[in-house]
Amino acid sequence: MTDLILQTRDLTREFKGFTAVDKVNLNVHRGDIHALIGPNGAGKTTVFNLLTKYLPPTTGSIYFNGEDITRVESSAIARKGMVRSFQISAVFPKLSVLDNVRIALQQQQGNSFHFWKSARVLEQLNERAEQLLDSVGLLEFARVTTQDLSYGRKRALEIATTLALDPDMLLLDEPTQGMGHEDVDRIAELILSIRHNRTILMVEHNLQVVSRLADRLTVLQRGAILTEGDYATVSADPRVREAYLGVAADQEVAA
Amino acid sequence: MNTLVRSATAGLRLPLSQPHLGSALLLLAALLAPALIYPVFLMKFLCLALFACAFNLMLGFVGMLSFGHAAFLSTGGYVTGYLMINSGITPELGVLAGTAASALLGFLFGKLSVKREGIYFAMVTLALSQLVFFFYLQAPFTGGENGMQGIPRGHLFGLIDLSDNLAMYYFVLAVFLIGFGIIFRTIHSPFGQILTAIRENEPRAVSLGYNVRQYKLLAFVISAALAGMAGATKALVFELESLTDAHWHMSGEVVLMTLLGGMGTVFGPVVGAAILVAIATLFSGGELGNYIHIIMGFIFVTCVLAFRRGVVGEFGHFMHKNFPASGFGRPQ
Repeated sequence: MTDLILQTRDLTREFKGFTAVDKVNLNVHRGDIHALIGPNGAGKTTVFNLLTKYLPPTTGSIYFNGEDITRVESSAIARKGMVRSFQISAVFPKLSVLDNVRIALQQQQGNSFHFWKSARVLEQLNERAEQLLDSVGLLEFARVTTQDLSYGRKRALEIATTLALDPDMLLLDEPTQGMGHEDVDRIAELILSIRHNRTILMVEHNLQVVSRLADRLTVLQRGAILTEGDYATVSADPRVREAYLGVAADQEVAA
Repeated sequence: MNTLVRSATAGLRLPLSQPHLGSALLLLAALLAPALIYPVFLMKFLCLALFACAFNLMLGFVGMLSFGHAAFLSTGGYVTGYLMINSGITPELGVLAGTAASALLGFLFGKLSVKREGIYFAMVTLALSQLVFFFYLQAPFTGGENGMQGIPRGHLFGLIDLSDNLAMYYFVLAVFLIGFGIIFRTIHSPFGQILTAIRENEPRAVSLGYNVRQYKLLAFVISAALAGMAGATKALVFELESLTDAHWHMSGEVVLMTLLGGMGTVFGPVVGAAILVAIATLFSGGELGNYIHIIMGFIFVTCVLAFRRGVVGEFGHFMHKNFPASGFGRPQ
């Protein structure tokens, strides 16, 4: 029996008669980089929103580390060790880069309700925050206001912020979306460098990145799982080629 | 080398940019002010300034527009007034009781409202404060339309007679400084840091594990408590608490003070309150007094159209743009 960190059973979400996610049984193995792929509108982001409770599921259940988290609040899920990123870069734009990471580090400090203390007590987090920034190559930007960073660096900052929580599991929603080649490479390297002792579930369009990073893939189509497996198996599946590439498999083989 | 350069430039900064010196000068001015200006006017200003600062904690630092803060101002006033008249406690305890009552009311309001956002939050708080208004209109102890009259100022700690305006002024100044200090500390605390994060990007704050509602609730309770403290003190100053403080006009006026002075700046609401109190006092004697609401409305429209950052916000922006070394206008 393999060790499943995240599992869904018949996860379903309907929007007024339209079924965006249809009986999805997702199995994510501990320690894997697991990619969720599929054509536009397949329901990938909806699945993410369901997993992290930004949307309540219509029916079905979700298990994280064997615990039923179907009715648990978003913020509590983050505290249990499953932290997500967003399609649009999720940073605090007017805070400094260092402060962005510190906000995350503060979560485990237990002083976040202490309105009578000086914010100077947070300076003890600077060292750890700088280490994290260094690990994503942003140390020299620590004092910069975040909105002045380039898009790629904002995504890197987002990963550093997420790592600050030391989560068991990361959910990355299109980490390389809208990036140039160099940034894509940098983020891919970064994802590989942080995978140690962690599970990563990512939505990704860039198949090159997927083939390079992912141990397992789940292909969604119209809200349902088309197939699941390693890259070689999935990419050889003629249904995947047809659904994902929009061409018949035999044409592809002929070419 | 670097530190040398830094300390050299620090020495060249404008004296006002040294925060301690600036605060010391302001404090000195506040201590000497009653020699030049009528103390009751100053006390009214300080009470409303504290009220606006408390309101600004929600609007400027959490990003939520409460349209029900009159309920907290009046609750502080009525509770303190009632206790001063009926139980003979000392004024500092009276103010504390009013503050606590408003904090409790703030907790109830907050429980019902912080789940909502934007206009819905404003509407829920308005509706709740209207309930409070009609309660005070009907309740026998408030004196209804006549107001609660003859509230004694009492003796501070049982020793100092506050019926003397000068003594009362220093008491009000102390209350204001305590309230302002609490707000200042809240903004610059670990808690304030999370409030900023929530205002900047709420979904991200949630995804980092922060239960956003609880943070908003605590901010709301602090804001309500300090608004109550302002109302309690104001009732002592005027020896009167009336329905004016509970009316939704008051909730609107505090929005005006905050926007005029500069939302989300520490001193903005103080300046906004000063401007409004000064205008109201200047015009109240003359013929223009009948047009006071039109004048206020005109000022409000001008402010919103022409200088959205408010007086303090625009000043900070100007200084930051032209004299970056002065240290003004840095993000709070």
